[in-house]
Amino acid sequence: MSLAIINIAYLVAALLFIWGLKELAHPRTARRGNGIAAVGMLIAIVFTLLDRQVLSYGAIFVALLIGSAIGVVLAYRIRMTAMPQMVALLNGFGGGASVLVAGAALIEAVGIVERPVTLQLTVSTAASGLIGAVTFWGSLVAFAKLQEIVPGQPILLPGRHAINALLAVATLVLGAGVVLQPDAVWLYWLVVAVASALGVLTVIPIGGADMPVVISLLNSYSGLAGCATGFVLNNNMLIIAGSLVGASGIILTQIMCKAMNRSLPNVLFGGVGVVAAGSSAEADVYAGRIKAATAEEVAMLLDGARRVMIVPGYGMAVSQAQHAVRDLMRLLESRGTEVAFAIHPVAGRMPGHMNVLLAEADIPYEKMLTMEEANPLFEQTDVAIVIGANDVVNPLAREQASGPIAGMPILDVDKARTVVVVKRSLSPGFAGIPNPLFAADNTLMYFADGKKAILDLINAVKDL
Amino acid sequence: MSDFVDILTIFVLAILVGFEVISKVPPTLHTPLMSGSNAISGITIVGAILSLGMQHTTLTAVLGFLAVIFAMINVVGGFLVTDRMLGMFKRKE
Repeated sequence: MSLAIINIAYLVAALLFIWGLKELAHPRTARRGNGIAAVGMLIAIVFTLLDRQVLSYGAIFVALLIGSAIGVVLAYRIRMTAMPQMVALLNGFGGGASVLVAGAALIEAVGIVERPVTLQLTVSTAASGLIGAVTFWGSLVAFAKLQEIVPGQPILLPGRHAINALLAVATLVLGAGVVLQPDAVWLYWLVVAVASALGVLTVIPIGGADMPVVISLLNSYSGLAGCATGFVLNNNMLIIAGSLVGASGIILTQIMCKAMNRSLPNVLFGGVGVVAAGSSAEADVYAGRIKAATAEEVAMLLDGARRVMIVPGYGMAVSQAQHAVRDLMRLLESRGTEVAFAIHPVAGRMPGHMNVLLAEADIPYEKMLTMEEANPLFEQTDVAIVIGANDVVNPLAREQASGPIAGMPILDVDKARTVVVVKRSLSPGFAGIPNPLFAADNTLMYFADGKKAILDLINAVKDL
Repeated sequence: MSDFVDILTIFVLAILVGFEVISKVPPTLHTPLMSGSNAISGITIVGAILSLGMQHTTLTAVLGFLAVIFAMINVVGGFLVTDRMLGMFKRKE
């Protein structure tokens, strides 16, 4: 098939991607948008197969089949609570593919006489190798942390900034080597190797609660890697699609950083989450001021409450409490109470994590309020139930001028008439600081595992 | 050089379109947007199919083969899991 027709097909695919993303940004049309983008991808794949350069199909179909089978299994077997690691893993595969394609292109270019080895080709090949390898290994480390194959806490190597700076310089020098000596293909693989180490070492120091930033950033990288590969192959399709993804990842990264009042470098290099020995500070904050409550006491509180706000955090995901929470919501609603959910932008381990879990439990998305929507409502809220959230409801963020969460926008749950905090213990959140909310006059601590706590609470409300 | 300027133009315009299209997304859709756009980044499949199909050397064919598998996992897994997730998002009856 002629190149012109293939390029027109690519144009159609690109338009479908843009249209699909536009629809994906609105709740009502999101599912259709995803389908539209998938059709764009199908068109791109089919017309690439018809390219005259493609000489044999056997191996291609085998590879397409293997990849599809793995993709289908992953997509349908994954539990919704495991979505963050799924997204990380898929990001990684995209980055890995870019590394391989750029490597193959370099080998072809230096081996085929009639294809000129241009500056564009060598520079973008080095960039693909670098970004792709960082994406691949960074994503695998993020996956391993989220899956708890390696500890979720930051792992801080001594002298890590120096090591990372050295590795970054090394990749750039080796990348320059690829540009100057494209015939020496081993230099490219050396770039990939060093960038791999860089990918591992830059993500390993980043702790659990900063994962939303890392995942959105890696998402952006996987797009940029595809984009760089587009420059290698002189292929508009890759450049357009890669740029769209790169841009969306950057936007999400910015939203996440803003929601934590931290800069991207601070998240990447800050190593926040190293729990300092703060026992004396904790004793000061909590001493004698913690009021524990039982399920029955909380149930009495809920009896006659007109408005209840539920504030979920990562702990809800860990204890798989979303279905129990849904049952509690329905029970309270049947008793005439208005129930809504207040969701902090960085609650959980990826952007939108809580929304996905609550949606899985059939909670309509109109009930999931953003921080901006929820905060003005807390003053008219009778009971705020915090389940598995800590740092995002810590009033210190408003009051302190310095500290790991100073200036972070928080959910103002302390403005509710009564706050019930469902938590197993008084242990600090990711930021490693005590939470004065737990000791506030209007707070009751309901110590239990999240799911069990809500199930007991449901029974207690039924017994009223 | 003009080739490079052409695709550079496309790159810059595509980035701008990306920012424009995605700048206002409600938090509820952050995860699906991420996994859906992630599937789109599997577009490297196009390059992977070309490397594998050209059968230039055994090495490039092997690299292409692996790349097709990787990219296809990204594409199929990404679109399907996004669809599964979005299927759960419901409005109030």
